[in-house]
Amino acid sequence: MEHFRNPRNVGEIPDADGVGTVGNPMCGDIMSVYIKVKDDRLVDVKFKTFGCGAAIATSSMITELAKGKTIEEALKITRRDVADALNGLPPIKMHCSNLAADALHAAIQDYLKKKAQGKPNQ
Amino acid sequence: MEGYGSMRRVYFDHAAAMPVDPRVAETMAPYFTEIWGNPSSLHSFGREAKEALEEARKKVADLIGARKKEEIIFTSGGTESNNLALKGVAYRNREKGNHIITTRIEHISVLNTCKYLEKNGFKVTYLPVDNFGSIDIERLEKEISDKTIIISVMYANGEIGTIQPIKEIGKIAEDNGVYFHVDAVAATGKVPIDVEQEHIDLLSISSNDMRGPKGIGALYVKTGKKLEPIIHGGGQEGGLRSGTENVPNILGMGKAAEIANNEMEEMGKRLTKLRDKLIQGILNNVKYSYLNGHPTHRLPNNVNLRFSYIEGEALILNLDMMGIAASTSSACTSKTLEPSHVLLAIGIPHAEAQGSLLLTLDKSNNEEDVNYVLEILPGIVKRLRTMSPLTPKDLEV
Repeated sequence: MEHFRNPRNVGEIPDADGVGTVGNPMCGDIMSVYIKVKDDRLVDVKFKTFGCGAAIATSSMITELAKGKTIEEALKITRRDVADALNGLPPIKMHCSNLAADALHAAIQDYLKKKAQGKPNQ
Repeated sequence: MEGYGSMRRVYFDHAAAMPVDPRVAETMAPYFTEIWGNPSSLHSFGREAKEALEEARKKVADLIGARKKEEIIFTSGGTESNNLALKGVAYRNREKGNHIITTRIEHISVLNTCKYLEKNGFKVTYLPVDNFGSIDIERLEKEISDKTIIISVMYANGEIGTIQPIKEIGKIAEDNGVYFHVDAVAATGKVPIDVEQEHIDLLSISSNDMRGPKGIGALYVKTGKKLEPIIHGGGQEGGLRSGTENVPNILGMGKAAEIANNEMEEMGKRLTKLRDKLIQGILNNVKYSYLNGHPTHRLPNNVNLRFSYIEGEALILNLDMMGIAASTSSACTSKTLEPSHVLLAIGIPHAEAQGSLLLTLDKSNNEEDVNYVLEILPGIVKRLRTMSPLTPKDLEV
């Protein structure tokens, strides 16, 4: 509830290194995660969410979990980790929380794709 | 309303549950420990319970203009009444036909009962509704065939508040020799109902929706209309609803009906004022907010709005944190994870249907409650829009 009451890291990063958007408003959720990467670490992570309490809480939590981690460590963050960090979620809400991990991974994939395109010789 | 620490508490979810009127609770009290007999017993203990039961029955009959009190069958609530009406008529009239006409915005107990009947040899037509939630009378008439046995249309929709043209529908049903069932759970006690004048054959009522106890309701069955019971046993309630009668609850419902009958007109005026103040206040102060349902032909206690770019459950949780109890019909809050079938039926797109807010007023609400919501809500909507990826970048929230 705390992460829902006071979500951390709300917003966008205009010059983000990676952006991941998942979900769709048909089922009630859409989440965007923005990351800034330096020396292989996530130095800033922000999110925007259209979704229920669990969706907002989990996206807030994942930005906290991901900040400061390396790309490799961040890719390892799972839906389970997010739910556990929030001290558990009701089963019907796990569906909402799945988006948080997926959005983060999508943002990282986006960054890696951009990196590969931007520096073709490396 | 004070309490819960120092935070103000305001209840605007009366469609979900209502407090019991203190006069109703007082009426019920003796029937647990002082008058407890079985109304079917021949001795004095049974007779006194029976007498009280029949007095309560008369009060419910008077509320809806039923000619005879025997036309009131007590059930466990609106859901059971709807089940009894549809299944009871369907099974009894199988020889005459197997076609049922209803609407897309009925309560889930009507819709799911229809779905069940569809699996058991019946055909159901679900009439569409317009943007306000009203059915097209001409379309209804066209759908009637010689196989049609019952038309079921709710008096008013509990979610969007729109009131249906019941009298006209009743006339059409009567002219065509088809049973007319009205789910009046959301409307009873709030707007005047007259089953004779409105050509209604069957009417579902719920006690808690008029400040009576939960777990009790009634089905009005016009004299001469035939149904099969769905609960078999000792034959109570004219054979239509077996089981020893729930005397305390029935007494409570009777008292609630009497109070509603006496206070309805004034309550209606007061609530309509508060309702409209809420609606106008929110529409004027929150951008991209819209009213769901008909603006004037609606229940006096119903406020249903939608807000673009935000989701309902988050809205409700935020209101709850400020002590305000309200409801939404977003997908996340429903057991089926589907958005409201009513909002979809009136043509609201999926994403917009997610941002709905339902405030249902009652006796205990006053102008301070309304002002509190008007003060708190805009800030919450603004905050959620700031968090939402759907909010257009150039939008002034």
